[in-house]
Amino acid sequence: MAKVMSNKLVIALYVLPSLLLIMGIIYIPIVLTGYYGLNQWDGIGKMVFIGLDNYKELVRDNAFWQSALHSLLLALFSGISLIGYLGIALVLSGKIKGANLLRKIYLIPMLLSSVAIAQLWMKIYHPTNGVLNSLLTSLGVDNPPSWLAEPSIVLIALFIPIIWQYAGFYILIYYAALKNIPESLMEAARIDGANPWQIATRIKLPLISEVIKVTVVLSVVGSLKYFDLIYVMTDGGPNGASEVMASYMYHKAFRSFDFGYGSAVGFFLLLICLVATYLIRKATASKDTIQYS
Amino acid sequence: MPRNKLTRGLLLTFTLALILSGCGGTKNNNAAGGSEAGAGNTEAATDAPAQKVTINMMHLWPAGSSAQQNKLVGQIIDEYQKEHPNVTIKQEVLENEQYKNKLKVLSASNELPDVGITWAAGFMEPYVKGGLFAPLDDILGGAQLKDKFVAGTTEAYAVDGKTYALPIELNISPIYYNKDIFAKHNLQVPATYEEFKQVVKTLSDNGVAPIALGNKDRWTGSLWYMYLADRIAGSDTLKKATNGTGSFDDPGLIKAAAEVQTLVDMNAFNKGVNGLSNDEGKSEFMNEKAAMYLMGTWELPNFTTNPDIPQEFKDKVGFFKFPTVDGGKGNINSWVGGPGVGLFVAESSKVKEEAKAFVEYFVSKWGEESVTTAGVIPATKVDTANSNLPQLYVDLLNELNNASSITLFADVQMKPGAAQVHLDMIQALFGKAVTPEQFAAKHKEAVEKGN
Repeated sequence: MAKVMSNKLVIALYVLPSLLLIMGIIYIPIVLTGYYGLNQWDGIGKMVFIGLDNYKELVRDNAFWQSALHSLLLALFSGISLIGYLGIALVLSGKIKGANLLRKIYLIPMLLSSVAIAQLWMKIYHPTNGVLNSLLTSLGVDNPPSWLAEPSIVLIALFIPIIWQYAGFYILIYYAALKNIPESLMEAARIDGANPWQIATRIKLPLISEVIKVTVVLSVVGSLKYFDLIYVMTDGGPNGASEVMASYMYHKAFRSFDFGYGSAVGFFLLLICLVATYLIRKATASKDTIQYS
Repeated sequence: MPRNKLTRGLLLTFTLALILSGCGGTKNNNAAGGSEAGAGNTEAATDAPAQKVTINMMHLWPAGSSAQQNKLVGQIIDEYQKEHPNVTIKQEVLENEQYKNKLKVLSASNELPDVGITWAAGFMEPYVKGGLFAPLDDILGGAQLKDKFVAGTTEAYAVDGKTYALPIELNISPIYYNKDIFAKHNLQVPATYEEFKQVVKTLSDNGVAPIALGNKDRWTGSLWYMYLADRIAGSDTLKKATNGTGSFDDPGLIKAAAEVQTLVDMNAFNKGVNGLSNDEGKSEFMNEKAAMYLMGTWELPNFTTNPDIPQEFKDKVGFFKFPTVDGGKGNINSWVGGPGVGLFVAESSKVKEEAKAFVEYFVSKWGEESVTTAGVIPATKVDTANSNLPQLYVDLLNELNNASSITLFADVQMKPGAAQVHLDMIQALFGKAVTPEQFAAKHKEAVEKGN
């Protein structure tokens, strides 16, 4: 059997089905998207090859850069919120009362679909009947803002449900990683007189640093290509104030019938995500990985 | 080693099976083969009616928000299936915005439903140019539908002399108002724009939202701009600006944009319009929190026939025409509206002939029954002899007959790219993110770009 497994032909045959599948549903479409971006195409009729014109226009397109800025802000915002998630996970993994219940509560948003979350928060944000504004009015605020209609606050109003939505996911990852740390290490530290803060920063965090790196990549790349909640709640509006790269791509391709340009945006988005991943890996690369021993 | 051989043999078989099944798959998916088979089916069907046929239909009347239309579609399909036992019609129902999106996705992969719904003019142009819709001139001139349409309705669906869809609605957009709220504040139906602004002011001062509007959908706000443009600059100027023969630089059109912002400044619209969908905006009117609502006559069922809406509320709803502006060129009998949605048959449909026959049947039945069952104004001629029609309906039908001009909704009339710019600009205008001059300049640029 071992001989079979080391046979190059057999290895190739085993890999082939999934390779074909991955090529077919991931890599070939990526290449095609890049190619569509080189064409002027409405998605239905004939493609006209126009070289790099779409990409050149993209570089000059203010609306695109505005949406890119919004995506970056979201990435930054979710990156920062990771600290909060980590804090919560640290507390939950300690021996506190009701940790089990809290863990379940934090997980609930993860179980809801994005559309349901969007509907829920749209109700909360409703300018006159919404929970939030009713509360503000009863507290004596005369003219509470229309959260989803004002360009200056719509982004932050959207970020909050997004943060809320993903809280459970990241807390769960951190929690699992923290629970994996052998208790003996902490015990030894306690005997040496370390306080909880020192245990957290000197022992727990370094030990889960790999996991933290992964979550940073996940949240940054996830934010850059974020789409669903924004699409349902504001559709990029008002007047592009909450447009992100993915929704911009969608609007160009499917609303304006400019599939070529939309593809160019999509391809650009991919490049940005790759660069971001590369930069994060580079910035967080450490020479020696710490392991439990 | 026998075991080794066995593994290899198994692997080989597996791979072969994979390759073979792959080939089989491509053969089945082969478009030419498929359509040939489809054509064969069609012939067989006309010869021997026993041939089972399934027609897929996609429409945009969910039972929730368009209850009457939904009911009527179901009714017509039932009747058709009873008369044609070999035909099964499958419905797929989506909400307006989702419908538009799905249509585009499906057409990108050339998988349109056999029968579906489209809008006129600029909206359907890419589909027609892409060869996705089948010409329907044969059934338009056929026994059931010849001379049945109201003049000017099918033209909006014609491209290069061929008609690619048949309209089933004819719409104008009045301002519906709540008689109770008006009476409570001693208000009269305004005849001029000055009076209208006075009404707005009174309502706003008394803490009632004067106008219900959900401008997240953006075409809703476009109606307000279009009416002001029509009343100030005249319907010809507006039409020419949207179809590219004129220009949005016209001072009347700029003034119309400025008037929209004046209304915004007067708090004429409910709070947070740019963040609310049309349904949310509408509910402000339906819940009697807002006094007026400008919308197409497709909303009529909700104010007349829909049994889910309390009669008490329906009785409170009246309508008036968009008032004239002093010194403006517009006529009070000029409307924003036009043929609403129409039915198309997909060119690639495997059951094209059956689908056409169904569309022919559907349109003629819809013409007969939409009036009484749904309270919708069809694009076919209406027999007003039926005296049981709701008064609101009859009044609007009469207005339609007196209309001096009907300007097609801007986002439908313009080509998709320009229509998007128009819609975005509408939202910016309501949000006061652009000046009327910038609004005009952006439009001009988009229309000149020509896609």
